[in-house]
Formats: sequence, C-alpha cells, structure tokens
Amino acid sequence: MSALAAARSVLGRDLRRARRRPGDLAQPLIFFAVVVFLFPIAIGPQSELLRSLLPAMLWVAALLALVITLPDVFAADYADGSLEQLILSPQPLALLVLAKIAAQWLTGALPLIGMSAALGAVLGLEATVWRAVLLGLLLGTPVLSLVGGLASALAVGLRGGPLLLALLTLPLYIPVLIFGTSAARNAGLGLAVEAEMFFLAGLSVLALTLTPFAIAAALRARMG
Amino acid sequence: MLQRFHKYAAPMHFHRLALALSPWLFGISALLFATGLFGGLVLAPADYQQGDSFRIIYLHVPSAWMSMFVYMVMASAGAAGLIWKVKMGDIIARAAAPLGASFTFLALATGSLWGKPMWGAWWVWDARLTSELILLFLYLGYLALQSAIEDRRAAARAGAVLAIVGVVNIPIIHYSVEWWSTLHQGATITKFDTPSIATSMLIPLLLMALAFKSFFAATLLVRARCEILAFEQHTAWVREYLRAGRPS
Repeated sequence: MSALAAARSVLGRDLRRARRRPGDLAQPLIFFAVVVFLFPIAIGPQSELLRSLLPAMLWVAALLALVITLPDVFAADYADGSLEQLILSPQPLALLVLAKIAAQWLTGALPLIGMSAALGAVLGLEATVWRAVLLGLLLGTPVLSLVGGLASALAVGLRGGPLLLALLTLPLYIPVLIFGTSAARNAGLGLAVEAEMFFLAGLSVLALTLTPFAIAAALRARMG
Repeated sequence: MLQRFHKYAAPMHFHRLALALSPWLFGISALLFATGLFGGLVLAPADYQQGDSFRIIYLHVPSAWMSMFVYMVMASAGAAGLIWKVKMGDIIARAAAPLGASFTFLALATGSLWGKPMWGAWWVWDARLTSELILLFLYLGYLALQSAIEDRRAAARAGAVLAIVGVVNIPIIHYSVEWWSTLHQGATITKFDTPSIATSMLIPLLLMALAFKSFFAATLLVRARCEILAFEQHTAWVREYLRAGRPS
C-alpha cells in the first residue's frame, strides 16, 4: 500500500468514525455557543460594547471549543490499540498523522467556522469584520489543529484530559489569536487586513510543514 | 582530553561531580550575591528619575535573563536526550524546569513591584510583560506534562518535544505580542527603551547576573542529583548508594 493510499484510508476511517457519532460533532458547537452567550451576560446588554467585542468573543470561544475537540484526535486509536499499529506501520508516520489532523480539522474546526459565521451574522457583525473573522479562522485553524494535535499526541492516554491540553496549547495559540483579532479590529476601522492574513497563512504553512514530524516524534516518545 | 569530560554524560559520574561541585558553586554565588547587592544597594548612585526604587533592577533583570537562559538549557538538554539519547540530557531538562519557572515568576513579581510605583499599575499589557507571562505558561505546561506521565524517561522525551516546539514558538510569540502591543499603545510608555546605563550601576548588575547564574548552576546540580537517583533507581550503584548513604 502506498503512503498516500494509507493516508487516505486513515482519513476516511476517521471521517467515518466521526460521522457515526454526530453527538461528538455537536458538543463543541454547543460549547462554543454557550461560551459566546456567556459574554453578553457578563458584560451586560450594552449593544455597542458587545458589538465591538464580538470578534474577540468569537475567537476566544473558537479556541476553547477547539481545545475540547483535541483529546479525540488520538484517544480512540490509543484505546483500541490501532495507534501502535499506525506507529509500527512502514508508512511515514508524519503523513498518517497529517491525515488524522486533517480529519480533526474537517470534523472539528470547519463546523466551528460555520458556527462563528452564523453567530456573527445573527449577533450583528458588520460585513467587513465578519469577512475578516471568517478568513482569519479559515487561515488560522490549520495551525490551531496542528499544534493542538501535537499537544494531543504528547498527552495521549493521560488523565487530566482537556485541562492539561488547554494548558499546553493555549500559550501556543496566542499568536494566532493576536493576528486574528487584530485583523478583525482593523477591518472594523476600515483598514486593510492583508498583513494579518499573510501572517496567519505563513504560520499555517510553517505548522503544516514542521508539526507532522513533531507529532510523529511525540507519538514515538509516548508510545515507546 | 575531551574523553575526560565524556564520562560525565553518564549519570553515575555526573552524580559524583555534582556532589563535589555544588558546595563550591553555592559559595561562589553567595560571594557574588554579597558583592553585587552591596554594589547595587549601597554603592550605586540613586537614579535621577526613579530615585532609590530603581534598585529592584538588581533582582528583576537577572531573573528575566535567567528565565530565558534556563528555557534554552531545558530545550537543549531535552533535545540532547531526545535526539542523541543522552541520559543526562533528560535529567538536566527535568531538573531545570522548576528553576526556570521560578525565575520567570520572580521576574514577573519583581517587575510588578517595580511597576506599581513607577507606572501606577501592578500590570500593564506591554509586549515584554505579556511575553514573559506566556513563557511562564510554557514552563507550567511543561511541568504539568512531566508530572502527568508516570514513566520518567517517556516523560522526559515528551517534554523534550514540547520544549523544542516552545523554542520555535518563542520568537513567534515575542514578535506577535510586540506587534500587538505597539499597534495599540497605551497611555504609559516603558521607560527602559534606551538604557545608557552608568557604569557604577552596570557593574553590580553584571555581578548579580553572574550570581544568579552560579546560583542556578548550584541548585541545578542539587536537583540533578535527586533526579539521577530517581531515574536510575533500579541500577546497582544507586541501590548501593542509598544503602551506604554515600557514593561508593
């Protein structure tokens, strides 16, 4: 079996597994919505303040909801032993890992982006800001999934679950948050957002090229 | 000649070296602390702008330097353990981590104490402060990961991957935070932009930096000795050492 065929089959397996458990897909979305709705309750109903804070709220809620999806990347395979089989297989582990992260992005991050689009529109984000948030999430979520996958690989099988993962990933998520929210702010002021988008795209490409190898090393380090 | 040093990559020999060296290093650091603090607190003149409250610089700046230095030590030692399977690499990385976290916390705390009289606030969202805070979280994540994994060797390898990724990320974090901070400059501007510092103030600062370094080395050796005993607890020499109460 060629490397690409193996990667495709890993991706297909993860997507099929996700499709069979729609509850697992829905939970991060519900968590996302709940977090976003907590802010107006905390801040109070002043609509101007809320509207200016909405991009930041969407980004923070998206980061937290993404962290929730991270344990599932390797947990199921770890539990039934197929993770060891993946590590032992002759296919390049980095490629297989990339396939798993792609599955996580498709089932975890993409619905979140859709949800933020919907919530942003419903809660009255103006069009330029809405576009900036969407584009920022699209360009930034690959690096979030990849770095999150790395943390998930380091913490596979450990108790402490999402808490440990949150502690590991959130400091590494901060540059993406900075660029994403500053793009939204600039869009709100009518300024160009190219710089932030290029940075986000650059970070994603950097992560795409380097993190699969780091994740493979992490899996080998943890699984011995 | 280099062969003489190679053997200290083995935990057993490093243990003896650490036992021998650490009292000396503690003594040297005590001496350096004494001279540095005397020079900084007594000899150095009061700053024309900040008066005597600038003197906390002699704790704050060396701590900040050490927080970054120790992270590099941790990452390099971890890399040595991960890539070249050097046992002492794993041990040094695990031993250094709490020390680095403490230096980072000390830098943040002394900075806060300095900031209150100077800027009127315990905390501002300046680039340097925010980067240092993120560094503290990186350390805490590393420590959390190490304590969550039972097997020390596996924990050391996983921690090494995390530390190396953190090293790659530190410039990214630093520059993104700097950009974030300068785009939205607050009312206060840091006063430490162009330090053309007087020699009478600089010398104690350098002495304190050396004092912190030697103190770090001394405590690292003490912690490394404990980690060696933990890592190597199943070997014969450790069992003999624990039974006899002294190295064989």
